[in-house]
Amino acid sequence: MEFFHKVPHINFLAARKLAMGMSVVVLLIAVVSLAIHGLNFGVDFTGGVTVQVAYPQPADLRQIRETLGTAGYQDAIVQNFGTPEEVLIRLQPKKGVSGKDTGSAVLAALQKASPQVKLEQVNFVGPEVGKDLATKGALAFFLTLTGILLYIWFRFEWRLALGGVAATLHDVVFTVGFFSIFHLEFDLNVLAAVLAVMGYSVNDTVVVFDRIREDFRITRKGTPFEIINLAVNQTLSRTIITSGVTLLVVIALLILGGPVLHGFSVALFVGIIVGTYSSIYIASATALILGVSKKDLMVRVKEDKKVDDMP
Amino acid sequence: MLNRYPAWKNITVILVTVLGILLALPNLYGDDPAVQISENNATLTDTTTTQVEQALNTAKLPYKSAVLNDNRILVRFNDTDTQLRALDAVKKTLGNNYSVALNLAPRTPKWMRAIGLKPMSKGLDLQGGVHFQLLVDLNAAVQTKLQRDATDIRGSLRERLIRYEDVSLSGDAINVTLRTPEDVAKAKTFISTEYPELTVTPGSQPNTLTARMSPQNIQQLRQLAVEQNITTLRNRVNELGVAEPVVQQQGGNSIVVELPGVQDTARAREILGATATLEFRLVDYTGNAVLAKQTGHIPLDDQLFPDKAGNPVLLKRDVIVSGDQLVDAVSGYDQESGTPDVSVTLNSAGAAKMGEVTRENLDKPMAVLYIETKTEHTTVNGQPVLVHKKVYTVINVATIRGIFSNRFQITGLAQDEAQNLALLLRAGSLAAPMDIVEERTVGPSLGQENIKQGFYAALLGFVLVVVFIALYYKIFGVIADLAVFMNLVLTVALLSLIQATLTLPGIAGIVLTLGMGVDANVLINEHIREEVRSGNSPQASIHAGYRRAFATIVDAHVTTLTAAVMLFLFGAGPVKGFAVTLSLGILTSLFTAIMGTRSLVNWFYGGRNLKKLPV
Repeated sequence: MEFFHKVPHINFLAARKLAMGMSVVVLLIAVVSLAIHGLNFGVDFTGGVTVQVAYPQPADLRQIRETLGTAGYQDAIVQNFGTPEEVLIRLQPKKGVSGKDTGSAVLAALQKASPQVKLEQVNFVGPEVGKDLATKGALAFFLTLTGILLYIWFRFEWRLALGGVAATLHDVVFTVGFFSIFHLEFDLNVLAAVLAVMGYSVNDTVVVFDRIREDFRITRKGTPFEIINLAVNQTLSRTIITSGVTLLVVIALLILGGPVLHGFSVALFVGIIVGTYSSIYIASATALILGVSKKDLMVRVKEDKKVDDMP
Repeated sequence: MLNRYPAWKNITVILVTVLGILLALPNLYGDDPAVQISENNATLTDTTTTQVEQALNTAKLPYKSAVLNDNRILVRFNDTDTQLRALDAVKKTLGNNYSVALNLAPRTPKWMRAIGLKPMSKGLDLQGGVHFQLLVDLNAAVQTKLQRDATDIRGSLRERLIRYEDVSLSGDAINVTLRTPEDVAKAKTFISTEYPELTVTPGSQPNTLTARMSPQNIQQLRQLAVEQNITTLRNRVNELGVAEPVVQQQGGNSIVVELPGVQDTARAREILGATATLEFRLVDYTGNAVLAKQTGHIPLDDQLFPDKAGNPVLLKRDVIVSGDQLVDAVSGYDQESGTPDVSVTLNSAGAAKMGEVTRENLDKPMAVLYIETKTEHTTVNGQPVLVHKKVYTVINVATIRGIFSNRFQITGLAQDEAQNLALLLRAGSLAAPMDIVEERTVGPSLGQENIKQGFYAALLGFVLVVVFIALYYKIFGVIADLAVFMNLVLTVALLSLIQATLTLPGIAGIVLTLGMGVDANVLINEHIREEVRSGNSPQASIHAGYRRAFATIVDAHVTTLTAAVMLFLFGAGPVKGFAVTLSLGILTSLFTAIMGTRSLVNWFYGGRNLKKLPV
């Protein structure tokens, strides 16, 4: 089986202005949504209490809301979690009652109404912890970005490094924006997925860059535009196979991973798709616009010795 | 000749493969839901085992085995339902002196355990349990230390006949007011030599001194406080009898406690969060406590505390012995009256002081002051703030009947009070109050469900990838599949080797590395195809394909590793688990894709006279 029997000759970069324009518009929508809606942060970040319970029969959410309302938790968010029998309740602790006791109080109220209810999970996160988490997440994000910038700069060239960072940033903003626009819950696992998307996106980009560098070195004629286009086409087969295979795995997680990994899988799913697109368009096109040329990527020191190190 | 591998490389690949399979093997056996029984202060015997077995038989609860090993009894069951009911039954039979906890016992065969092969341990999300994060109030640690110094200085000044009017604490400074300038000079020399961590300066008023701690000393004290709290928490958790608890520092002032198998969160929280200590003080029997409370005139050397009924008691300021000089505390019953008591054993310094004071104060009353720190959430200027309140209770006043040595009893307690007090005293006191800022409880059935889902997701992902790659790259695809499979085995082997804890996000990390691990193979195979297309001979194509893919693979792996390392450094809990499996997966993928597949390809094609290369 082979999807690309010959190297395709798709003029990707001809559409770079259109693609860039589209990306800018989509990213603007994402940023605006983030500014207006913000993110639907999970308890991991906001602090609060979640109680997950299981009923022997499909749960009556309205009745649960009523029970909780009578117990003084009018603001509780009650929703199904994975199956109709399982219920996730999110709430903020009552004034004067510590968060730790809220979980037990909620369970007690539910058990009074229906004794067969079983406790599956209680989470209490203090407000201090959530703030700390958000700071650390942002720090990890910027440090990863810096790490990627420095590595590509060191291994390749600064224009490509900026292209790589632009692509990574693009993917992260898009993925986070997706969560904002569709109001999906953003918890600790989603944060992990977003950071994994960064790693994945840059992996994809580096493979294309590697080919760009190689083609610049071996091709005698041709404008940077033609060479970059060629490199993108040559790596297209690999890009699509790898992304496809990774997507297969993520789909497995999405279907069978259960509700706990749902947000995680969604973030990866979105991130991998935009990551594939961005390594073709954003990364290479940025480098091209910044004016990367043959002389920037020529061999600086003798590198032939490397062949002998090959396994 | 092209595509022949030197022997040492083949041997390395074979060795790593065998070792990897061996290390990963223990994970195939799964776990039995189990109940673990241990006793705090005594050795368990077979009598207890028989007792447990009888209890289970009476309750008609089938069990697989009940074995006494390492001073704990492990009873294995077929399912979690029986396990939960057995927990109640065993608890009821054995009573309060034993710790009974849920556990997951690996089914690893004996010979594997004998050579030290262990499966990965499962995280709380996979086996159920409680996770706590506690925030240590470090300012309180500094205050406590200064308070103690102030008391010590007061006593020492008196002993040395240096006349003082007042020694008191205000903010982070100890203010000493003396009678004469000579006393000031003497006190200054004395405090500077005896308390090197305090910096003594003349106070704002005449005849006063101010003693403060330097910032470095405060920093050191804070770190020590966190460490002492960790030690204390470990002791307390051990008292709870939890199977494999985790107590570790996280960041500058947080401690994470994970108690697998624990379902009774209320008790766990009570034991972890409580800070209780004792002080023994003399009662000022000459003063009138009720009058002092009404008028507010409290004698200079005295302090006023309520007893359990709320009546005021006047106690001397000086502490004879405090909780940190305690060696052991056991709850029991008073031999004469039959009422509950706590037998206390002091260290030698405490015993000496106690002996001296009781000798001088025979037939005078002495009090036991119980100090408990409670935390309250309040709001100050819209910000949630934790307030630690010390609650003092005089739990016992008794006349000194003899000279105490290192052992004596505290009476006048209810039975559960005696038990809790003994436990808290034995487990040591906390250097600084703590508050639980995060608590996560996972029920055991949810854990099972999570394992099942994670396992099936991994299986489905793996099957999809393997089938696709084999179809797409034929023989090279099968070789790539073998490499991806080895990648999985090696990742699991490394995780078992470092005894990492497997969490649900960790499983996701493993599943994801499967996808990423394929990438290296895709790169190699695409390059080989390209070489074949451009008309090179099969052997040359293989050689060039690997050569050209090498740098790209390294670059791609290093950049992904950068992200994984950041995740590890800045992530907490589940994110860390994900980062660990992702990083290890990336490393093993480098090995299997570059060395592993090459040795297979060379073995299969190397040195053969090939006309065509099916790729």
